[in-house]
Amino acid sequence: MTEQLTPAPLKMAARNVNVFYGEKQAIKNVSIDIDNDHVIAFIGPSGCGKSTFLRTLNRMNDTVAGARVEGDITLDGENIYDPSMDVVQLRARVGMVFQKPNPFPKSIYDNIAYGPRIHGLASSKADLDVIVESSLRRAGLWEEVKDRLKDSGTALSGGQQQRLCIGRAIAVEPEVILMDEPCSALDPIATAKIEELIHELRGRYAIAIVTHNMQQAARVSQRTAFFHLGTLVEYGVTSEIFTNPREDRTKDYITGRYG
Amino acid sequence: MVEHTIKAFDEEINRLRGLVAEMGGRVETALEEAMTALVERDYEKAQRVIAGDQQVDALEAEVEKLVIQTLALRAPMANDLRDVVAALKIVGVVERIGDYAKNIAKRVPQLGDHPMVEPISLLPSMAQVAGEMVGDALNAFGSRDAALAEAVVARDHVVDSFYNSIFRTLVTYMMENPKTISECAHLLFIAKNIERIGDHATNMAEMVYYAATGHYLPERDRGTDTES
Repeated sequence: MTEQLTPAPLKMAARNVNVFYGEKQAIKNVSIDIDNDHVIAFIGPSGCGKSTFLRTLNRMNDTVAGARVEGDITLDGENIYDPSMDVVQLRARVGMVFQKPNPFPKSIYDNIAYGPRIHGLASSKADLDVIVESSLRRAGLWEEVKDRLKDSGTALSGGQQQRLCIGRAIAVEPEVILMDEPCSALDPIATAKIEELIHELRGRYAIAIVTHNMQQAARVSQRTAFFHLGTLVEYGVTSEIFTNPREDRTKDYITGRYG
Repeated sequence: MVEHTIKAFDEEINRLRGLVAEMGGRVETALEEAMTALVERDYEKAQRVIAGDQQVDALEAEVEKLVIQTLALRAPMANDLRDVVAALKIVGVVERIGDYAKNIAKRVPQLGDHPMVEPISLLPSMAQVAGEMVGDALNAFGSRDAALAEAVVARDHVVDSFYNSIFRTLVTYMMENPKTISECAHLLFIAKNIERIGDHATNMAEMVYYAATGHYLPERDRGTDTES
C-alpha cells in the first residue's frame, strides 16, 4: 500500500514563506515540514527557487543584498527570523554543505576543529581530539585520513573534501544539515559515498538536499518536493513522486518532458 | 502525450509499443486460426499456427531486451516507468496466450477425422469472446485507455460462464456417448485453454489499468470463478 506522509517529530517548519530579491519574487507561499526521520530532496529546474528556499532555512539569504523573507520558519518551534535569534548560533544548529567542496586552507584537523573552537564546544585538546575523530568517523573519512590529520584539507580528493565539509558541519553538533547539490562536482564513486553517508546520518540529523540529479533524489530521500517558478508544486513520499506523481508538471519534469 | 526532450527516448518507447502490438496481433490471429483449423479439421492451418509460435517467442525476447536497455539507459520515471514495466509483463502474458493457441492447434490432428461431436459448436463463440478480450486489452495498452481495460476485466465472467456451460455439456455428452470420450477430453482441454486465455487477458487489462492511471483496480469478486 501507499506509504502515507506520517508526521514525525517536527524539526523545522516553514509556513507561507515568500522570498523576494528586490522586486522579483523568488519563492511564493511555500509551506513545508522537515523532520529527523526523512531526508527531504528539493528538485526542480534551474531558477525554480529550490536553492533559494534551502538557504532561507539557515538565513544564508541574509547575505544577499535586496533579499527579503516573509512568513514563518521555525526551528524547534522558535522563529529563526526573530530579531533575537543569534544567526551565528543558528548556522551552527542548521549546517550547510555546498556544491563545491570548500575546505579551509588549513589542516584536516583544523578544518574540523575550527567550529568547535569558536563555539567553545571543547574545553581541552583531548576534548577537541575526540570531537575531530568522531566527526571524521561520522563523515566516513576517518580511516582514510587518520594518519595525516596535519595535511592540508585542500590536498584531499574532491569526494574526500566534500566529506571533510560534512564532517566540519557535524563537528558543531548541528540539528539540521542542508546540502546544496553536494555531489555535482564529484565522480560516481565519491557520490555513492556521500549518498551512503546521508543514509547513515538520517535519524540523527534532519537533512534537506537540493539536487539536479533526479536519480539521486530518488536514491537518498524519503520525501521529495518539486519546485517550479517559485512555487511548491508537489510534496510527497519519494517512491510515490517517482512512480505516480499527482501533478502533470511534476510528471513532465521527472520524465524528461519539461518544455 | 507531450514529447520527451530527448527524442530518441520517444522513439524507443514507440518502438516498444509497436513490438507489443505486433506480438499481440500475431497471437490474436493464432487463436482465430487455431479455432478455424479445429472446426474445419484443417491440419495444415493447425501446423502453421504451431510453427508461427516461434516468431511470437522471438518478439518476446526482443521486447525484453529493449525494456532492459531502456531501463538501463533512460532510467524512466512515473508513467514512462509504468509503461515500460507493463510492456515487459504484458509480453510475458501474450507469450502464454500464444502457447495456448498452439496447444489448441496441436490437438487438431489428434482429434482425427471422426464426425464432429455436437458440443464443439460452443467453442468458437467462447474463443471469440476471449480473443476480443485479448485484442481490447492490447488496444487499451496502445491507447492508454483505462476505461477499455476495465471493460475487459468486467467481461471475464462471460468466458467463465462459457467454460462452466461447456464443461457440463461435455460431461453429459461423454456419459451418454462413451465412445466419444477421447474426443471430448480434447475439447475439454481446449475449453480450459480458452478459459485461461480469458484470465490472462484480464490480468493484462489490470496491468494496463495500472500503467495508465498509477492505481490498481479494486480486487475483483471471485464468486464467478470456474468450477474446475
